[in-house]
Amino acid sequence: MSERVSEFEQSEVEESEMDEMEDPAVKRRLESVGIEFDPKKRSATFMQVDQKTAKASSFMEGVEIMSIRTALEKYEWVEDYFWRIVKREQDDFTKIADSEEVNGYFIRSLPGYKVEIPVEACLYLRKAGLKQKVHNIIIAEENSELNIISGCTSHPGIRNGMHIGISEFFVKKNAKLTFSMIHSWESDIEVRPRSAALVEENGLFISNYVLMNPVKLVQMYPTAYVEKNATAIFSSVIVALENSVVDAGSRAVLRGENASAEIISRTISKGGDIIARGHIIGSAPDVRGHLECRGLMLSENGKIHAVPELDARYPNVDLSHEAAIGKIAEEEIFYLQSRGLSKEEAEAAIIRGFLELDIKGIPDVLKREIDKAISLLETDLL
Amino acid sequence: MKTGKKDILRVVNLGLKVDDRPILQNVSLYIQEGETYALFGPNGSGKSSFLSAIVGNPVYKVHSGRIIFKGVDVTSMPTDERIKLGMGIAFQTPPKVSGVKLIDVLRHCAKIGGKSEEDIYSYAEKLKMEDFLERSVNQGFSGGELKRSELLQLLLLNRDFVMLDEPDSGVDLENIDLVGKTIREILERNKREEERKKSGLIITHTGKILDYVDADYGVILYKGRIACVGNPDDILKEISENGYEGCISKCLREFPNLNNLK
Repeated sequence: MSERVSEFEQSEVEESEMDEMEDPAVKRRLESVGIEFDPKKRSATFMQVDQKTAKASSFMEGVEIMSIRTALEKYEWVEDYFWRIVKREQDDFTKIADSEEVNGYFIRSLPGYKVEIPVEACLYLRKAGLKQKVHNIIIAEENSELNIISGCTSHPGIRNGMHIGISEFFVKKNAKLTFSMIHSWESDIEVRPRSAALVEENGLFISNYVLMNPVKLVQMYPTAYVEKNATAIFSSVIVALENSVVDAGSRAVLRGENASAEIISRTISKGGDIIARGHIIGSAPDVRGHLECRGLMLSENGKIHAVPELDARYPNVDLSHEAAIGKIAEEEIFYLQSRGLSKEEAEAAIIRGFLELDIKGIPDVLKREIDKAISLLETDLL
Repeated sequence: MKTGKKDILRVVNLGLKVDDRPILQNVSLYIQEGETYALFGPNGSGKSSFLSAIVGNPVYKVHSGRIIFKGVDVTSMPTDERIKLGMGIAFQTPPKVSGVKLIDVLRHCAKIGGKSEEDIYSYAEKLKMEDFLERSVNQGFSGGELKRSELLQLLLLNRDFVMLDEPDSGVDLENIDLVGKTIREILERNKREEERKKSGLIITHTGKILDYVDADYGVILYKGRIACVGNPDDILKEISENGYEGCISKCLREFPNLNNLK
C-alpha cells in the first residue's frame, strides 16, 4: 500500500483566475467529468487551463504527476516516449499539436506500486476560440497498477474552440492501466483526440470513454498495440444530441501470441450523427478479439452508422463482432408498465440500463465515479 | 351464486384485433372478489391475448366491447394505471430488459404494493431469487427462474386481481411445489372462502397448478370465443379424456343456451 505524500508543482495560473473554479456552475461541470479536487478521494491531481498548468500534485507514493513540460526538463528519457506510438505527421491535428506551446500531463506509476485510488487529470478550455493543444504521456511501469480519470471540459458559456489531445499510453510488463475519459463540451467545440497505447507482455489496458453533452464534432480512433498475453479493453458510452457529430472508434492490433481485445460501444442518437467504429487486427497466433456495437435511435433525426471491422492476418485467430441498432422495444416498455412504471419512467429506466456498461476489471471506486458522471450528464437526455 | 361480493372484473363482449386479424370475438367474463378462474384452451385460441388485453398491452386493439375493472371502464387506460388500480400479471415469457436490474424493478413493485425493503429480501429468499437481484431482469434466466421472478414481482405488487399465464410451464418438479404454494398464497386460496379478497385468472395447459390452487371456475377459450364455463376439475378431466372438441360439444349439449357457437 502506498503512503500518502505530497508533491506540488508551481501553478502557472493566477490565484484570482483559479477562484472561478469555485463557482457552483463550474464545480458542477467539473464534477460531471469526474474532477473533484479532493485529495481524500484521489491519489494525484492535474489541471491544465488552456495551455497553462494550474495544478499538479501527487498525494501518494508511487504516483508521479507533472506537466509534460516539466517532465521533459526533469527526465531526459521522456523525450523517447514523445511521438513514439502516435505519429507526428499523422494528420493536420497532430501537426498542430507538434508546437512549442504544447502542454499536457505526465502520469507514471512506479514499478511494483499498485495505486487503486484514481488519479484525476482535467483539461479545461477557458478561452473562447482557442485551439487547446495537449500532449500526454502515461506510463504504468512493470508490475504496477494505475487508474486515471481524465475529465475534459470547457468553461460554461464558452461555445467555440478546439481541443487537440495527443495521448500516448505505455503499459509495461505485468502492469495494469485503466483510463476513463469523460468529455463535456458545448455546441461549437471541435475535439480531436489522438491516442495510442502500447500494452506489453501480460499487461492490461482498459480504456473507457463517456460523452453525453452537445459538441460540434468529436473525431478519434485510438489504437492499442497488444503484445504477448496482454489485453486491451475499450468501452464507450456516446450520446449525440441535435447538431452533434461524433465519429469515434477503437482499434486493437493483436500482435503478440495469445493477445486479446474487447471493444464495446453503446451509442444513442437523439438527433445527432454517430459513426461507431471498431477494428480488431489479429496478426499473431492464438489471439482473440470481440467487438460489440449497440445503438439506440431516440429521434427521427440523426443517424448511427456502425462500422465494425475484423482483420485476420494469421491462421489461428478468433475474432468476432456483433452490431445492433434499434429503438426502444415496445415490449420492454409494456413489461415495465405492467410493474407500475409510467411510459416515461419505463423509457428512462431502459435508456439508463442501456448506458449501464458492465465494465470488467476496474476498481469499484472508479465504477462509482463513472456511474455518477453518467447520472449527472444524463439530465439532458431523459 | 355468491352474494355480497364485490365486482372485480367485468369483460363485456370483447373483440380484439392484432394488425386487423381478429383474435377474440364477443368474449364476456365476470369475476367477483375472492374468485379464481382457470382458463383453458388449445394453443392459439387467444388465452394469452385475452390476458394482455385485460392488462392493456397496446399491441392488442380492442375494437368492440368493454373492460370494466372495479367499476371503472379501463378499456383505454394505460397499463401502469390499471396496475395502480389493482391488477397484476405474471407473463408466460417475459422479455429481458438489459441493464435494468431485477432489484430496481422489485423496488417499484414494493412501492406500489406497500411492501418494505426487508419484504423484498425475504420474498426473494423464499423464492430462491436472492442471487438474481443485481442481474438484468430476465436476462439469462432459466424457465423456472423466469416464473419465480414473475411471482416475486407479483408478491411485492400485492394486487387485488392477479393474472397468471402458464405459471406451471417449464418449472421443474423440485420447484413446482414452491411455485404452487406461492400462487396459493397470492390468491389467498389458503384462507377460508369468506375471507378471500384476492381474485385470479390462471391460464394452464396441464392443470398441474390446480393441484395447489383450487379454482372456483374453469373456462375454455376456443377459436377466440368463450366455449364453456364450469367446474374446473370436470373440464380438465373432460379435456384430457376427450380433447377440447369433445369437451366443448358436451358442454354445448348440457348447456345449449349458454353459448351460440356455430
